[in-house]
Amino acid sequence: MTVAVALLCVVALLSLAVAALAIGRSPAATPIVYGGCIAVSSVALLSGLSQLLGGAAPASIALPLGLPWIGAHFRIDALSAFFLIVVDLGAAGASLYALGYGRHEQAPQRVLPFYPAFLAGMNLVVLADDAFSFLVSWEFMSLSSWALVMAHHRVGDNARAGYVYLVMASFGTLMLLLAFGLLAGPDGGYAFADIRAAHPSAVLAALAFCLTLLGAGSKAGLVPLHVWLPLAHPAAPSHVSALMSGVMTKVAVYGFVRIVFDLLGAPSWWWSMVVLALAGISSVLGVLHALMQSDLKRLLAYSTVENIGIIFVGLGLSLAFETHGMAWAAALAFTAAMLHVFNHSLFKSLLFFGAGAVLTATGERNMERLGGLIQRMPQTAFAFLVGCAAISALPPLNGFASEWLTFQAILLSPQLPSWGLKFLVPAVGALLALSAALAAACFVRAFGISFLGRARSAAAKMAHEVDRWSLTAMSCCAALCLAAGIVPGLFIDALAPAVQGLIGTRMPTQVNVDWLSIVPIAESRSSYNGLLVFLFMVISGTLAAFAIHRLASDRLRRAPAWDCGYPDASPVTQYSASGFAQPIRRVFGTAAFGAREQVEMPAPGEQRPARLTVTLHDPIWDALYAPIAAGIMLAAERLNRLQFLTIRQFLSLVFAALVILLLVLALWP
Amino acid sequence: MRGLTFDVAHLLAGTLVLVSFLELYQDRLSALLNMFALHAFVLALSVAWQAYAQHAPHLFVTAAIALVFKAIIIPVALHRIIMRLGIHREIEKVVGVGPAMLLGMGLVALSMVVMLRVTTEADPLAREDLAFALSVVLLGLLMMVTRRNAVSQVVGFMSLENGLVLAATGAKGMPLVVEISVAFSILIALIVIGIFLFRIRERFDSVDLQALDRFRGERR
Amino acid sequence: MAVIADTAVQGAQMLLVLLLAPLLTGFVRKVKARLLRRRGPSVIQPYRDLVRLMRKEVVLAENASWLFRVIPYLVFAATWVAASLVPTFRTGLQFSWSADLIAIIALLGSARFFLALAGLDVGTSFGGIGASREVMIASLAEPAMIMIVFTLALIAGSTQLSTMAGFMVSPVVGLRVSLALALLGLIMVAIAENARIPVDNPATHLELTMVHEAMVLEYSGRHLALIELSASLKLLLYISLLACLFVPWGMAGAGANPGALALGVVACIGKLAAGGFLLAVFETAIAKMRVFRVPEFLGAALMLGLLATLLRFVSGSL
Repeated sequence: MTVAVALLCVVALLSLAVAALAIGRSPAATPIVYGGCIAVSSVALLSGLSQLLGGAAPASIALPLGLPWIGAHFRIDALSAFFLIVVDLGAAGASLYALGYGRHEQAPQRVLPFYPAFLAGMNLVVLADDAFSFLVSWEFMSLSSWALVMAHHRVGDNARAGYVYLVMASFGTLMLLLAFGLLAGPDGGYAFADIRAAHPSAVLAALAFCLTLLGAGSKAGLVPLHVWLPLAHPAAPSHVSALMSGVMTKVAVYGFVRIVFDLLGAPSWWWSMVVLALAGISSVLGVLHALMQSDLKRLLAYSTVENIGIIFVGLGLSLAFETHGMAWAAALAFTAAMLHVFNHSLFKSLLFFGAGAVLTATGERNMERLGGLIQRMPQTAFAFLVGCAAISALPPLNGFASEWLTFQAILLSPQLPSWGLKFLVPAVGALLALSAALAAACFVRAFGISFLGRARSAAAKMAHEVDRWSLTAMSCCAALCLAAGIVPGLFIDALAPAVQGLIGTRMPTQVNVDWLSIVPIAESRSSYNGLLVFLFMVISGTLAAFAIHRLASDRLRRAPAWDCGYPDASPVTQYSASGFAQPIRRVFGTAAFGAREQVEMPAPGEQRPARLTVTLHDPIWDALYAPIAAGIMLAAERLNRLQFLTIRQFLSLVFAALVILLLVLALWP
Repeated sequence: MRGLTFDVAHLLAGTLVLVSFLELYQDRLSALLNMFALHAFVLALSVAWQAYAQHAPHLFVTAAIALVFKAIIIPVALHRIIMRLGIHREIEKVVGVGPAMLLGMGLVALSMVVMLRVTTEADPLAREDLAFALSVVLLGLLMMVTRRNAVSQVVGFMSLENGLVLAATGAKGMPLVVEISVAFSILIALIVIGIFLFRIRERFDSVDLQALDRFRGERR
Repeated sequence: MAVIADTAVQGAQMLLVLLLAPLLTGFVRKVKARLLRRRGPSVIQPYRDLVRLMRKEVVLAENASWLFRVIPYLVFAATWVAASLVPTFRTGLQFSWSADLIAIIALLGSARFFLALAGLDVGTSFGGIGASREVMIASLAEPAMIMIVFTLALIAGSTQLSTMAGFMVSPVVGLRVSLALALLGLIMVAIAENARIPVDNPATHLELTMVHEAMVLEYSGRHLALIELSASLKLLLYISLLACLFVPWGMAGAGANPGALALGVVACIGKLAAGGFLLAVFETAIAKMRVFRVPEFLGAALMLGLLATLLRFVSGSL
């Protein structure tokens, strides 16, 4: 029943896409398409909620579409329902935001047809129950998002971003294709039920795991396959960036979880170590790169890489615990990862909405030309502040709840007997703590330079508040962030069926705990109560304010800022974004990405200004991608000679191929 | 009773590893020599505790030798040498403090893995002490490899030797004769190194090894 | 009945930390002055300063936003809640299960987050220099603290402070290497977080040497009073954290009689005095590090925490 409803929603989205092709240029198209998307996403969201919370058994449907001997299987179980909720909540939020944001779109006919198609693709991936429909939906999702990335292809670097995105997406799909091919085996049992029942040999399972990690990891943004993310995510329109960062990466996580946790069976001893190592590196490298960016949307894209690292740390720990039979610890780690999936989709969408609002209001994405926006755009600033506080894992917001659970999972790890894990897990814990602290630094910088201080350009001085659709979308996300932080127990209990379905056990029921705390294992070990912390802070803050205003003084007077005796009105003397990051660049940057600073001082008497040049380069790009690209170019050039053969030479090629095939046929035993 | 012996022995061995890390952290020569004196002092305490725990009185002599020679005489002598040579400045580093600390962490992890996997049947007290001792040896070697100053190389070599003494006492077997001969050979080595340092400084006005490398014959 | 008694004790703890914090700051300043052969200000001078500041009019920069005015209350609330949850004279506080040590550190982190934003709000370079240096220091101090928390949690079996304190008092704990490393690391982090010499000078007037002071340069009147009170609370929090974890004797257990509680209060005051004295001696004996030596200092603390955690993972007796 719920499957049918979800599939009907997908059909509705596809028909919206087709309709948008027809009416794309008319001014009424924007509200119709986005309004339709909100409605359809809400229906799908409700069906997902009913499946997850209602506790019904998994339902499946087989449709006679696609390949005749496979058909198209679709299934909704607890895990699919959870990810359906994540996808459709994000989609509804983005569509609501786009009702206002989309009005400023210069070429709506390039965006409107592909947006519902993108949503349809993501929903289909989560519902697919056989390899063929999974891969078709995955590719459909990639292609429609590529079309959205190329919507403004004449602007700046977007064409190159689209090209890199296309190459990496194709690579990812190829990896997944090979993985499914290996798992389906020579009999060709492509349905997930068949794959689940087959027990592949250790070698085959290991190969399939590596291919899945490469395929799903590249779409999610794990280092070293993350290079397309900071190029492609900022290039798309802001609501699409929010969907790509907040939701599409989670669909990639779904792909990884579905294949590795569900279809592959029992994990080997080294799988968790690979995942943990890559995840730890992703989280630190992602946030270090984010600290170096001046473009607000690129900063958010790199921060997505960091949060995907955090999610995969939870997944890696869960794999480790499962390998050694500690099911309850695996449930804790998996719950932490899933909670972070939900939380990240919320606050990353919120942050991208804010960046889009800033872009609409000022026309600038570069933080070095912003500033003072808190006075001009107060509601946007407040929502963005909530998003920054949430992503920096500050209590009592939701980022802290999922990070706390991840730390609790790490604290259970000494019970793992493997030596490799005994050394890897403390290192990953340190990397996770380091990335959390650096993320706070990054978002102090992002909010402080963009919204606080004085305006650094005329555009920032003339900014105005955005329309109420965008503000509503941002406020809803912010409210959900606060709710998930105050009562995380409710969300953990809602997740439990998904955890149970994959791991076998689940965390203890949280709703019954006193005062709505969350307790991972048992009361004496650790507990956290978001609601009480929030109430404490609110009460003590208001009490202090009230007492001081009544008993002491509440007078206030405005005066110029302290200038140490050098009066200047130029806002250029404020801290810039790169200046703010300079200490961190100096401490971490030389090791992580060869940051070099160069100062050219003019000779005494010259009039020209001194110049400070900062060069950064991505070592992964230079070490991994540049040689591969160079090698491919070389091979392509060599093979290019095939284009200029004579007719006789072409005929001899065909003849040689035919003879070789006949030989093989003759000699095959 | 056994619990306290265990814990204090481990505490002292761990403090020795900690002081090795502190030696890696130092920026200036005189601070490094003070750290080395502390290193030898902690070694003396550790050996004395082992003497008490294993009821082996000859180890008290080892502890006394470590205390007198390595914690007092050698650091004072080295202080005088660097004052006379006028090289009491910063230590020239090949690898900065941060990466050196990270490498040190990796080396400690490596020695833990090796020692605890290889010696699964041995006495637990000895196993973990051996793991710490190997860490001290590796950290001493790291110090010699990542610092260009000749005096810091001497200090690294001495710390390495301290690690070996810790290993030998922990493994319950170190006759006094061996210890005396080792101690005297160290003293001779130090005198020779001191003489060479004087000569090098006289000729080249520097003890920076990279500068000295230019004068080697037979360039590649 | 027991619930009322427990709530009264929790309330008493909250009041006690609030009242003792300026006294601790005054005591540290007095000892430092004495060591420098000065008479120094009176020990209750911080109270007088706070009252004087509260009565003064706030002078706000022209382009300061609403966030600038709210942040002192936010910072104070976060620091006060965190300080109320660290056991000083009695373990097993009423609401100790609502926030464990990780949450307490995160509360202090959020106070620092907002203080850095306050530095950037007015749009002068002084606030910027303070904020950017503060986040650099925090980016290393916080992971070091988390690793130390991991070590202590792995030894004591829980991240709840009351459980940890109870474990440290019991004879099971023993002298472990990882505890010694954690103690050293915690002292280093405490110095960095409280902006003490050698990381930062709390008494400097030169803007180029400021980290914490530069962020709060624009604050005046009641806002400045709240921020200074928060800084004193943070110092008290860290000293009582060190005392609760490493010198836990004298603390009353849960459900103790008033005599034990009184003994606990006396012991707490004694430990705070000892901690303040040691801090003053240490600050007078050492010089401030240059700014880019601080990451090496905190990197060493992070390595200590990591080594201690590694030892706990590797062997149960270390």
